[in-house]
Amino acid sequence: MATGVVSAGGIGYSLMRAKESLADRLAPMAGLVAAFVFAVQMLNFPVAAGTSGHLLGGALACIMVGPWAGTVAVAIVLVVQALLFADGGLTALGTNVLLISIIPGWSGLAIFLGLRKMLPSNRGSVVAASFVAALLSVVIAAFAFVILYAVGGTGNAPVNTVLTAMLGVHFLVGLGEGLITALTVGAVVSVRPDLVYGAEDLVPDLAIVPDVAVGRS
Amino acid sequence: MTRKGLTAVVIGGLIVASGLAFFVSPLASSSPDGLEKVATDEGFIDTAEDHDLADGPLADYGVQGVDDRSLSTGLSGVIGVAITFGVALVLFGIFHSRRDGSRAERDARSPAAG
Repeated sequence: MATGVVSAGGIGYSLMRAKESLADRLAPMAGLVAAFVFAVQMLNFPVAAGTSGHLLGGALACIMVGPWAGTVAVAIVLVVQALLFADGGLTALGTNVLLISIIPGWSGLAIFLGLRKMLPSNRGSVVAASFVAALLSVVIAAFAFVILYAVGGTGNAPVNTVLTAMLGVHFLVGLGEGLITALTVGAVVSVRPDLVYGAEDLVPDLAIVPDVAVGRS
Repeated sequence: MTRKGLTAVVIGGLIVASGLAFFVSPLASSSPDGLEKVATDEGFIDTAEDHDLADGPLADYGVQGVDDRSLSTGLSGVIGVAITFGVALVLFGIFHSRRDGSRAERDARSPAAG
């Protein structure tokens, strides 16, 4: 229940900030990011014998449309999944939003921005930073799960065992997350870097493009 | 290189998303995901409860009444992509109109600022 309150607060705040910061013309991008995350979350990929992983999408969404619209977009995905696809319980929605949208989204974006400061300002850096940030965001989310499990979980398994198992498998899941995130961000950056929150400083090939100057307000 | 418009990028992205949902999702691994696997191994999968809406028309990524499993999964994916895009567009679009309104009011109050 506590996670529900935290998530509701986080998403409420994000909604407010998204309203201020998302340029009007980028609303369709936020919609696209939500739809894309929905689709790719369906694509479970095998990570080890008898185990699969799927995209969380938090880092991807926040790199694409910023920390506020990004977390809201992934939260929308989780609500649609819970209400229409019976995936993710209604009572678990708060926890899911926290672990799939807010924590990986904000931690992933922070790592991404930190890496971009250290790397040269070009497309390759954006792609590399996306990969690493998305990978680590999954490991961080898995770690956050273990903290929640330790604090309020109803299972009986020892926390240490759960920690080792979760981090191990989610490092592998993170490789997939990193790959998908890097490919997606890379694809959009190659056509319109100005539409990517984490790459809007990169100028498109053409020198003077009037509507690019509008940017995020 | 021709510059792609925003609409072209969004439509292209939606086509990719729908394509992944329709053609690739039926091929996705049905093994338990990372969390489910750990929960099973460590014996806390039982703490999950049955879903209240498990009988819905799209429950568990299938379209009720479509017997072909791949088709059912694929269709549910495309429907999900469309619904998610629609919901997000409406939500983010509301900001658009509201913000335009408040900006217009602000401009009206202080014409000198323009």
